[in-house]
Amino acid sequence: MGNTQQDGNALLSVNKLGFAVQGKTILDNVSLELSRKEILTIIGPNGAGKSTLVKLVLGLLAPTSGNINRQNKISIGYVPQRLSLDSTLPMKVSRFLSLAQVDKAACYEALDFLHIRHLAGQQIHKLSGGELQRVLLARAIARKPDLLVLDEPLQGVDVNGQIELYRLIASMRDHLDCAILMVSHDLHLVMAQTDSVICLNQHVCCHGQPESVSQHPEYLKLFGQQAVDEIAVYQHHHDHHHNLHGEAVNCDEGCNHG
Amino acid sequence: MANFLLYALAVGIGIALIAGPLGAFAVWRRMSYFGDTLAHSALIGVALGLFLEINITLAIVISCGLIAVLLVLMEKKNSLSTDTLLGVLSHGSLALGLVCVSLYSDTRVNLYGYLFGDFLTVTLQEVIVIYIAIAAIAIVLIALWKPLLMLAVDEGLAFVEGHNVTRLKIILMLMMACLIALAMKIVGVMLITALLIIPAATARRFSTSPEAMAVIASCIGVVSVSLGLYGSYLWDIPAGPSVVLGALGIFCVGAVAPQKA
Repeated sequence: MGNTQQDGNALLSVNKLGFAVQGKTILDNVSLELSRKEILTIIGPNGAGKSTLVKLVLGLLAPTSGNINRQNKISIGYVPQRLSLDSTLPMKVSRFLSLAQVDKAACYEALDFLHIRHLAGQQIHKLSGGELQRVLLARAIARKPDLLVLDEPLQGVDVNGQIELYRLIASMRDHLDCAILMVSHDLHLVMAQTDSVICLNQHVCCHGQPESVSQHPEYLKLFGQQAVDEIAVYQHHHDHHHNLHGEAVNCDEGCNHG
Repeated sequence: MANFLLYALAVGIGIALIAGPLGAFAVWRRMSYFGDTLAHSALIGVALGLFLEINITLAIVISCGLIAVLLVLMEKKNSLSTDTLLGVLSHGSLALGLVCVSLYSDTRVNLYGYLFGDFLTVTLQEVIVIYIAIAAIAIVLIALWKPLLMLAVDEGLAFVEGHNVTRLKIILMLMMACLIALAMKIVGVMLITALLIIPAATARRFSTSPEAMAVIASCIGVVSVSLGLYGSYLWDIPAGPSVVLGALGIFCVGAVAPQKA
């Protein structure tokens, strides 16, 4: 389980990670590395295990196989897919941020960075979806994390807002000198802002630069048809072919997608 | 005013004060079913106390505490995610407790008192014990307020930010277990959750911060206890249900008021 074999720059390295619930495989043989100032985006269809991978990386779930190495003492900023805060809990945005164990100045700096200082006095449960996402982002960056983990950070944000927010997220990397691990459902929106992309469907379908991934037959199989035909649900028929390979990660050739 | 009324009032006010913040947590974390399960299992504690011939309140604290830890650990294993299973456990433990206690059905056992409270038989010694316990719970609550609040906001976030979520959950449950063991004397196992939930639910309408909600819930609890006891004295009705009715009355009046936040 030592970190010996990996290069010292990796902030986070995930090796041959597997996760199963009651015999049902959610993730199989997933490996990835993330170094400081790198932005890695995970894309994949519903049920691909994206959120599970995020939870494993954060330590919220324990892997069934494989291991995760985090550089010692890195601090993590996390934007969950949704906040479990009950509407019976009255709390102002400013209070919510101060619970992150950071000082007031850092809170307001983060709010300013996302242009939401005016929300500081609002109740959390009164925020719109997009506002809440920004508040969650502000809270995560107020902690000045080494690693920022964003699970579908732009739910409930309209397309223009998404483009703007992705730019902001990309600029956080320089601002905070941190690595960013992000889950998204739309490669085209994040393409300009991410360094590398992992296309996930229980296993790593393809991995690389956003341009190469967007041309990748595996990616097109997963998303291209969907985009063209505007079919919301796309069924992935190729799992078992990959699994036969044992380490079916790189699908450049050899995979029988028939 | 007779001594027994003073003692009852003192105990009731103390319980209501601490039930305010704990009830708020029960509401925020949607734990009312957990509370029921804990309360019902208190009856097993009564049987245990009779069987082992130890102090009944202590036996209740032990049995509720064990159940609380068990619930947290089972929840962690994800096998306890449904209302259904909690319902099974809750009423299963109630039935088991009833049967066990009835096996000891000599004159010492006042089953009705355990189920619906035995407010007016409180002794000075009990008042002192209850206040010591309340002080202990209050100290833990104040010391762990921020982490507990974070737990109520989002468990995942709390974990990622370095809080020991499992330990916090167990501590919160143990505090509830203690409160239930203490409050049993007043409202009994059937109505304890009401004393936790109703004041907190009423306070929600008038609060803009978690602390305000906890304090207002405490105040509403104190008023409910006073009203309930007075009503009980005035019309000779059972004190426990009378207190819960007092809380319910305030809830109904409050429901008309506009929500603050």
